[in-house]
Amino acid sequence: MSSELLCIIWFIILNVLLIGYAILDGFDLGVGILHPFVAQTDQERRLVMNSIGPLWDGNEVWLVTFGGALFAMFPNAYASIFSAFYLPFVLLLFALIFRAISLEFRSKRANPLWRNFWDILFFTGSTLAAFLFGVAVGAVMQGLKLSELGDYEGTLLDMLSGFSISVGLFTVALLAMHGSIYLYLKTEGDLQQRLFNWMKRTYYMFLALFVFVTLWSVFFVPASLQHFGEYPILWLVPVLNILAIANIPRALKKQKPFYAFINSCCVISALVFLFSAALFPDLLPASNNPALSINIYNAASSTLTQKIGLIIVAIGMPMVISYTILIYWTFRGKVELTESSY
Amino acid sequence: MDVVLLSRLQFAFTIMFHYIFPPLTIGLGVILAYLETRYYLTKKPIFAIACQFWTKIFVLNFAIGVSSGIVMEFQFGTNWATYSRFVGDVFGSALAAEGIFAFFLESGFLAIVAFGRDKVSAGLYLFSMYMVALGSIFSSIWIVVANSWQQTPAGHHIVEILRPSPLADGTTEMVPWVVDGIVQRRAEIVDFWAMIFNPSTVQRLSHVLLGCAAVGGFFVLSISAYYILKNKHLEFAKHSFKGALFFSLAASLGLAIGGHTQAQHVYKNQPAKLAAFEGHYTTGRADLNLIGWPNEREERIDYEVSIPGGLSFMVFDDLTFSKPVVGLDRFRPEDRPPLLIPFFSWRLMVGIGGVMIGLCVMGLFFSRNENISKNRPILWAFVFAIGFVMASNQSGWIAAEVGRQPWTVHPPVLWNDSVTDLVTAADGLYHYDETLGLRTSKSFSTAVSVAEAKTSLILFAILYAALTAVWIMVLDRKIRTGPEPLQAASDSGASGVAQAAIDRQHARLNMKENDQGGAS
Repeated sequence: MSSELLCIIWFIILNVLLIGYAILDGFDLGVGILHPFVAQTDQERRLVMNSIGPLWDGNEVWLVTFGGALFAMFPNAYASIFSAFYLPFVLLLFALIFRAISLEFRSKRANPLWRNFWDILFFTGSTLAAFLFGVAVGAVMQGLKLSELGDYEGTLLDMLSGFSISVGLFTVALLAMHGSIYLYLKTEGDLQQRLFNWMKRTYYMFLALFVFVTLWSVFFVPASLQHFGEYPILWLVPVLNILAIANIPRALKKQKPFYAFINSCCVISALVFLFSAALFPDLLPASNNPALSINIYNAASSTLTQKIGLIIVAIGMPMVISYTILIYWTFRGKVELTESSY
Repeated sequence: MDVVLLSRLQFAFTIMFHYIFPPLTIGLGVILAYLETRYYLTKKPIFAIACQFWTKIFVLNFAIGVSSGIVMEFQFGTNWATYSRFVGDVFGSALAAEGIFAFFLESGFLAIVAFGRDKVSAGLYLFSMYMVALGSIFSSIWIVVANSWQQTPAGHHIVEILRPSPLADGTTEMVPWVVDGIVQRRAEIVDFWAMIFNPSTVQRLSHVLLGCAAVGGFFVLSISAYYILKNKHLEFAKHSFKGALFFSLAASLGLAIGGHTQAQHVYKNQPAKLAAFEGHYTTGRADLNLIGWPNEREERIDYEVSIPGGLSFMVFDDLTFSKPVVGLDRFRPEDRPPLLIPFFSWRLMVGIGGVMIGLCVMGLFFSRNENISKNRPILWAFVFAIGFVMASNQSGWIAAEVGRQPWTVHPPVLWNDSVTDLVTAADGLYHYDETLGLRTSKSFSTAVSVAEAKTSLILFAILYAALTAVWIMVLDRKIRTGPEPLQAASDSGASGVAQAAIDRQHARLNMKENDQGGAS
C-alpha cells in the first residue's frame, strides 16, 4: 500500500469514528439538552436519564478512540488542533464531566434541591458539549491562523466568529432533535405524548438553522464546496441529506418513529461527511497561508505505524461492534426504573 | 510562572486525581470477579449480597475514573503539543489500542454489570464481570507501555521529518524540515513488539498491577474493619476481611520483591533517577540512606542515618557492600532530576510498603481463633490504612515521573564495557545525546498563553476539589448504609401482563420511593 493511500484510509476511519460518536453520543447529548423541558416530575426525569443510563459511557468511548486514533495517525494535526482549541476543549472536558457525574450522583439522595442541582448540571453539560463541538467544527472549516510549525497564532476571540457560533447553535438543535426521537422510542404514555410535540419543535428549529448554516457556508465559506466541481458525484450526499431531512416529519406522521430515528442518523452521517469533504485533504486549514495547512499527508505518522493501526482496527473493530450490539440488544425496548437504575 | 511549569502542575494535579480511581476499579474488579465466581458456583446469598454492595461502589468509582481519564488524553494535545508531535508515531498507537481494546470492553460490559443483572442470564452476567475486570487491566497495560517507553525507549528510531521542496525542474524532493534553523525530528516505530516490551514494561506493569491489587484489598479491609468495629453486617464483614487480608498480604509481598529488582533496572537504564531516589551524590561505594535531608547546594545529605555500603548491596546484590555506584556527580547540573521530590516520595512509597506487610502479618496473627474483633486498635489501623496505601501508589508514580526529569522522553544511557561506570566525556561528566530524547522544557504547547494555562489550572483545581467532596460524601453514605439484604425476586413478567406499561413504571417507582427514591 502506498503511503498516500494509507493516509486516505485513515482519514476515512477517523470519519467513521466521528460519525459513530456523533450518532451515538449525539442522542445522549440531545437527551440531556431536552431533559429539563420534557420531564416534569421526578419520575419522568429519572426515566429520561435512565434512557441513556447504560449507554452513554460506551458511546463516549467513540470520542476517546477518535482522539487516540488522531494522535497516533496524524500527530501533527492532533497537537495543533488540541492546543489551538485550548480553553474551548478544557470547557468541553468540564461539560462531559458534568454530564457523567450528574447521571451518577443525581439519584443518590432524595432531597429535591440535590436533584435539581444535578438536573441543571446535566442540562448544562450536555448543551455546552454540543455547542462546543459545533463551534470547533465551524472554526476548523474557516481555518485558523497557523505558524510554520502548525501552532495557532490567534486568540480565543478570533475563532468565535459568527459562523462558528451558528454552527454551534445548529449542533445543539440537531442533537436535540436526534435525542427527542430517541427518547420517543424509549418512553411510553404521557411523557411520550409530550415528546411528540418536542420532536416537531426541535425539528423546525433544526430546519431553520440548517437552512441558515447551509446558505452561510455555501456562499461565505469557500472550502465547503471546493471538491464538488471536480467530483460531481459528491452532490449525491447533500441530495440524500435533504431527502432524509424531509423524511423525518413524514415518518413521524406515519407513526414510524424508528424510521425517523434512522433518518436522523443519516442526516448526522451526511453532515459529518460534508464537513470532512470540505476539509479534505486538510485536517486543519491555515487561514493565513494555505501552504501552512495541516493535511493528511504532512501530518501523517510513518507507514509502519499506519499499518500497525490497521491491524489493531481489523482485530478490534469486530469485537467492539459485536459487544456494542450485545449491549444495545440487552437494553432494547422501553426504559424501566429498576433496583439498579440511576 | 511559565507555561511549562503551569502545564506540569496541571498534568500532575489531574493525573494524581485520576489515579485515585483506576487502582480502586482494577483492584475491586478482580475481587468482584472472584466473588461473582463464588456466587455463580455456590449460589450462597452471602456472595450475592457482597457482590451487589461492592458493585455499587465499583460503579461509582468507575464513573469518576472514566470522566477524569478523558482529561488525560486531551492534555497531551492541549498542553504538550510539541511532545505529541515528537512521540505520536509511537505513543499514539498504544493510546489508540487502549481505546479500541480496553475502553470499549470495560464500558460496554460495565453497562450489564451495573444495570443488567435482571436482564441477562447468570452466566452472561459473570462473563460481563470478567470482561470489565479484564478491560480495566488492559487499559493499565497500554498506558504503562506508553509511559515505560518514555522511560526506556526502544523499538523506535529518531528521524528527521521530511517535507516536499520544489525543485527547479518543477518536481519536488523530500528534504529535512527546518524551522528557524532547527531540524525537526520525531520518533518513529521500527519494531512494534520491541516498543511494547521495552526494557522496563514488564517490571513496571507488574508493580503497577500489584499496587492496584493492594489498593483494592486495603479498600475492602478498611470498610470491613469499620463494620466489625461498629458491630454491623458482621457475617459479611468478617468474610470480606479475611479474604482481603490474604489478598493484600500477597500483593504487598509481591510489591516488595518486584520493587527490589525494579530498582536495579532503574539504575541500569536511568542511573540519575536512582541516584535522586537515594540521594546519592558521589560515585563510588554507596551507603543506603534511611532518613536525612538532601542539601542540594552542598551536594550531600544532612542529618543522615545510613547503612554503610548498603546501596552497593541493593543495586548489585553485592555481599562485599563495596561496588561503586554512579552518583549525581556524573551528570551536568541541567541533566539532573530535582532531588527533594523523588527523594522523599521514594521513601514514602517504600516506607508505607513495609508498613503494609507488617500490618497484614499482624492482622493474620490476630485473626487466628477468630478474635480480631476484640483487637480494636488493629482494626482502626485497617480502617485508615487505605489512605496510606493510596498515598504510596501516588508517591511511587511521583518518584518515577519526577525522577525522569528533565526529560519527557529519556535519552539512552551508555555504559562502559565492564558496566561499572558511564561513558564519560573529557570533563568527567556524562553527556546525553540530546537528539535521542526530548526535554520537558521543550515539550509544551507554544500556542497556549500563560493566562490560558492559569485559567485552566484554577478551574481544574476548583472542579476536582468539589468532585472529591461529593465523591466522599456519596461513598460515605453508601458505606454507612452498608450491604443490603437481597430483594425478593422482582415482579416483572406475570403480574404485569394485564397492566398497561405505564402503570408498571409507576408501580416500580412507588416501590422505590418508600426506599430511597433511586438507586442508593
